[in-house]
Amino acid sequence: MSSKSRIVVVGNGMVGHKFLEALAARPGHEAFEVVVLCEEPRPAYDRVYLSAYFSGKTAADLSLVQGDFFNEKNMALRLNTKAVAIDKAAKTVTTAAGETIGYDKLVLATGSYPFVPPVPGHDREHCLVYRTIEDLEAIKAGAAASKVGVVVGGGLLGLEAAKALRDLGLETHVVEFAPRLMAVQLDDGGAAVLRRKIEALGVKVHTGKNTKEIVTGETHRHVMNFACGDRLETDLILFSAGIRPRDELGRQAGLEMGARGGIVVNNACLTSDPDIYAIGEVALWSGRIYGLVAPGYQMANVVADHLTASAATEFAGADMSTKLKLMGVDVGSIGDAQGATPGAQSYYYIDEPNEIYKKIVVSADGKTLLGAVLVGDVEAYGTLLQFMLNKMELPAHPDALILPARDGSASAGIGADALPLTAQICSCNNVSKADICSAIDAGAMEIGDLKTATKAATSCGGCSALVGQILKCELQKRGVEVKKDLCEHFPYSRQEMFHLVKVGRIRSFEEMLEKHGRGDGCDICKPTTASILASTWNDYILKNEHAGLQDTNDYFLANMQKDGTYSVVPRMPGGEVTPEGLIAVGQVAKKYNLYTKITGGQRVDLFGARVDQLPAIWSELIAAGFESGHAYGKSLRTVKSCVGSTWCRYGVQDSVGMAIHLEKRYRGIRSPHKLKMGVSGCTRECAEAQGKDVGVIATEKGWNLYVCGNGGMKPRHAELLAGDLDDATLLRYIDRFLMFYIRTADRLQRTSVWRDNMEGGLDYLKDVVVNDSLGIGAELEADLQHLVDTYQCEWKSTVEDPEKLKRFRHFVNSDKTDDNVVFVPERGQVRPATSAEKQGRIGTVAV
Amino acid sequence: MNARSNLAEVPVPVDVCHVSDLLPGIGVCALARGQQVAIFRLRDGAIHAVGNHDPFSAANVISRGLTGDLKGRKVVASPIYKQHFDLATGQCLEAPEVALPVYGVQVEGDRVFVLA
Ligand code: SRM
Ligand SMILES: Cc1cc2nc3c(=O)[nH]c(=O)nc-3n(C[C@H](O)[C@H](O)[C@H](O)COP(=O)(O)OP(=O)(O)OC[C@H]3O[C@@H](n4cnc5c(N)ncnc54)[C@H](O)[C@@H]3O)c2cc1C
Ligand code: SF4
Ligand code: FES
Repeated sequence: MSSKSRIVVVGNGMVGHKFLEALAARPGHEAFEVVVLCEEPRPAYDRVYLSAYFSGKTAADLSLVQGDFFNEKNMALRLNTKAVAIDKAAKTVTTAAGETIGYDKLVLATGSYPFVPPVPGHDREHCLVYRTIEDLEAIKAGAAASKVGVVVGGGLLGLEAAKALRDLGLETHVVEFAPRLMAVQLDDGGAAVLRRKIEALGVKVHTGKNTKEIVTGETHRHVMNFACGDRLETDLILFSAGIRPRDELGRQAGLEMGARGGIVVNNACLTSDPDIYAIGEVALWSGRIYGLVAPGYQMANVVADHLTASAATEFAGADMSTKLKLMGVDVGSIGDAQGATPGAQSYYYIDEPNEIYKKIVVSADGKTLLGAVLVGDVEAYGTLLQFMLNKMELPAHPDALILPARDGSASAGIGADALPLTAQICSCNNVSKADICSAIDAGAMEIGDLKTATKAATSCGGCSALVGQILKCELQKRGVEVKKDLCEHFPYSRQEMFHLVKVGRIRSFEEMLEKHGRGDGCDICKPTTASILASTWNDYILKNEHAGLQDTNDYFLANMQKDGTYSVVPRMPGGEVTPEGLIAVGQVAKKYNLYTKITGGQRVDLFGARVDQLPAIWSELIAAGFESGHAYGKSLRTVKSCVGSTWCRYGVQDSVGMAIHLEKRYRGIRSPHKLKMGVSGCTRECAEAQGKDVGVIATEKGWNLYVCGNGGMKPRHAELLAGDLDDATLLRYIDRFLMFYIRTADRLQRTSVWRDNMEGGLDYLKDVVVNDSLGIGAELEADLQHLVDTYQCEWKSTVEDPEKLKRFRHFVNSDKTDDNVVFVPERGQVRPATSAEKQGRIGTVAV
Repeated sequence: MNARSNLAEVPVPVDVCHVSDLLPGIGVCALARGQQVAIFRLRDGAIHAVGNHDPFSAANVISRGLTGDLKGRKVVASPIYKQHFDLATGQCLEAPEVALPVYGVQVEGDRVFVLA
């Protein structure tokens, strides 16, 4: 078919896919035709974040395939296609369906499978593993029919699996053969602290247990009998006892294999056959299998370089340090964590009350760091890792690296500046400090651009704080002023503007312009300043000195439509409305001939009001008990609710009551962008609270608070900020969260984008809101309370003021109305006429 | 400068409003000899008048736009799709081939006249 040489890739897992991306990015890739055999029913997805599938991420969310990658790059992807045999001599691969595909070069990226110890009964019903999306579906189904779950294996993956079972509501046990948890990465002391913390979360840990058999239980589905005579009843068993390479193709083809499995590869990741490569978890390099994604990615890059002769890179082993959060417990392990190097000496720091354990292992001469174990506090991880990887000379008192900073003294560490250019900053994507610096020189001035340019911080995210520090420090060195100017009139970011207004007690735009700006202002800085003034002082927004700053929507307290008419949205807190209220809205709509529609926010929108009709319409709505819905403002829109425990058989709290409470509390508050909230009465989440800026979901004990969700252009699931809160704590956290957002976000930045750009991420946000790490909690609450206390319905204030009402007319010198506003009937209501209809003026409706 | 060169008729001053009807930065629309005219008083006291019809949305809304200056040019931003128009020439900054008609303004005593 073509004269191109053909690469066949077996396996479209994380590493196999990285190889395809790496290949496509190299000059010379055009010379190849690529065929990818993928056993799974979907292309590559993020196994590292697999557990997120349980917290609501979909298979699509987890996908690693960017856009239309396979078509764009002209690569043929065969889903549901398993390779079963290789003929090295004929250079062909045979699929399970019997098809034979010829290759010039073959890349094996078949990964590994979960090891299930061959104890009798291991294949009983509801004995499962944790590797693929299908596995997770089986676990979900299994958990629904179970009360107790056991994870066999107390390693990294086992603990992650245990968290999943616990979150699915099962009584959860972890059974480990070794005498401690995470035997590879931790020492006894660290493992003991980890165990205490995990047990405090309600997961029972059984170490030193050898499972002899699994048979039918008495009170539960199974019973596990251990060699020591103990027994444990359970309904579901999840094996997570290590991985084994899926090397059967290599074995069948007669490639050189490791004694305990794995396809042997050299530094170029070539197997014993010069046309067959192996990468990822199936490859055995220098006697070891790397069970992490970062080394696999390095292998993928090496093979892409080798095939396109782009560079003579070699795989040279990889660092296996890890930092992760297990069930909310921070754990870090670096290098020689056990202190096995001859002559190695250790320093320990143990804080029993707070359950923190830290250890560093240093060389015999005390000059270099060999390893570390961190449990409960991993702040030092990045610094320690750089010391170890770059063999940097330790300070005179290395213990300072793990001792807590007290009395404001800066914690010992290294500035991003001290790192050598060769330092590897992002291990997932093999990005060095030099790579980051050259991307900055090429114009990546913001963290987002830097991520796109280098891929740093795009996988596990562990390096994002460090990447941010390097960016800041390099920009400073280059004398680049990090430009965040709002517009040509104000050389400040929105956050700085907010600060200037608050500290300088500035009350008007004119004052702001005089003190800190230049020129006359524009349609960017005027509404922004108006919003900041409102968020700070909460003056009536149509006060003369503020009125000229408002966008037309805020100025006329209604949303302008495409024909210059406005829409009217009365507030219906929580979506609750009385029959009388509905009738009143209907009567107004009928009287003024307004198009009526239920919005996506659980309320009613009335469209097609002329500017001169707005005051009369609102007077009638106010008389019927309605208030402004602020559909026009950058402020709280709706708090969507589900019916909750009052009516619903599953509801555990009064979600409507809480939604109404929230909507009344936060209505009218001006913020950097619009805000939406949701309250659901139980975990079924009928109010879709996890798609909102603030989402509240009822639990048996109170409320779970989710933040920074978004629908719209780029949907984002909200994240759990705090769980099982009582009403008062819930409100306190929302107060702090909102005010912190109002203070620090950029203009027109939804909470989701604000959160994605936040250095330190969710942990930082939790620290500020829940732990009050900045000590500003009380101040945020007080500022917000001031806004609550000074709330006024803008429409009510407006219709009561004849001076203000004068503005609601189309002509300053005539009572005529705009003859360009023309409606036609449609489905029993009106809609704006098209220009053709206007010219013909046929079938139009007088207004 | 008068951008309505295709109008054969010679514009005449039309009394449209009191100076105090014009709050700085807040536009009004006047009906002057059948034409909709958007009138703005700026921070410096200068009064400008341009057509009220927004060529991009085909709605009569220019008077409801925000005023300001961009690179030294006094402008009004359309409230619908936010294009900026130069108040002195009517020209659109984002699409220079598009312009609003510009009207002369005279103030006599406390009355505002538009040449329409
Ligand atoms: C009326 C309504 C559509 C409807 O008929 O249902 C609507 C109408 C508009 N939406 Fe919306 N959105 C409406 C619900 C939504 C929802 C659904 C929801 O709230 O659950 C979403 C997705 C949820 C979200 O925001 O995360 C939504 C996402 C947007 C976005 C995208 C925001 C984003 O972050 O990506 C915009 C654009 C923007 O704000 O920059 C937008 C902007 C608009 C504007 C303001 C566009 C404009 O400037 O003209 C529309 C005018 C409103 C008007 O004239 O009253 N609308 N809009 C809904 C009013 C709800 C209400 O009662 O207040
Ligand atoms: C729950 C979980 C959490 C993890 N967390 C982390 C973490 O935090 N950090 C970290 O570094 N690593 C983590 N890992 C490990 C990481 O996912 C693996 O290192 C990585 O996926 C290995 O990539 P791979 O391409 O070699 O194998 P895989 O991703 O397993 O891909 C192999 C693919 O090949 C397919 N395949 C196999 N044989 C054939 C065949 N004969 N024909 C066609 N297709 C075939 C398989 O179906 C599979 O899709 C985690 C793993 C799991 C399961
Ligand atoms: S979320 Fe729960 S309480 Fe609310 S309606 Fe759905 S099932 Fe009922
Ligand atoms: S280290 Fe994982 S994303 Fe950078």
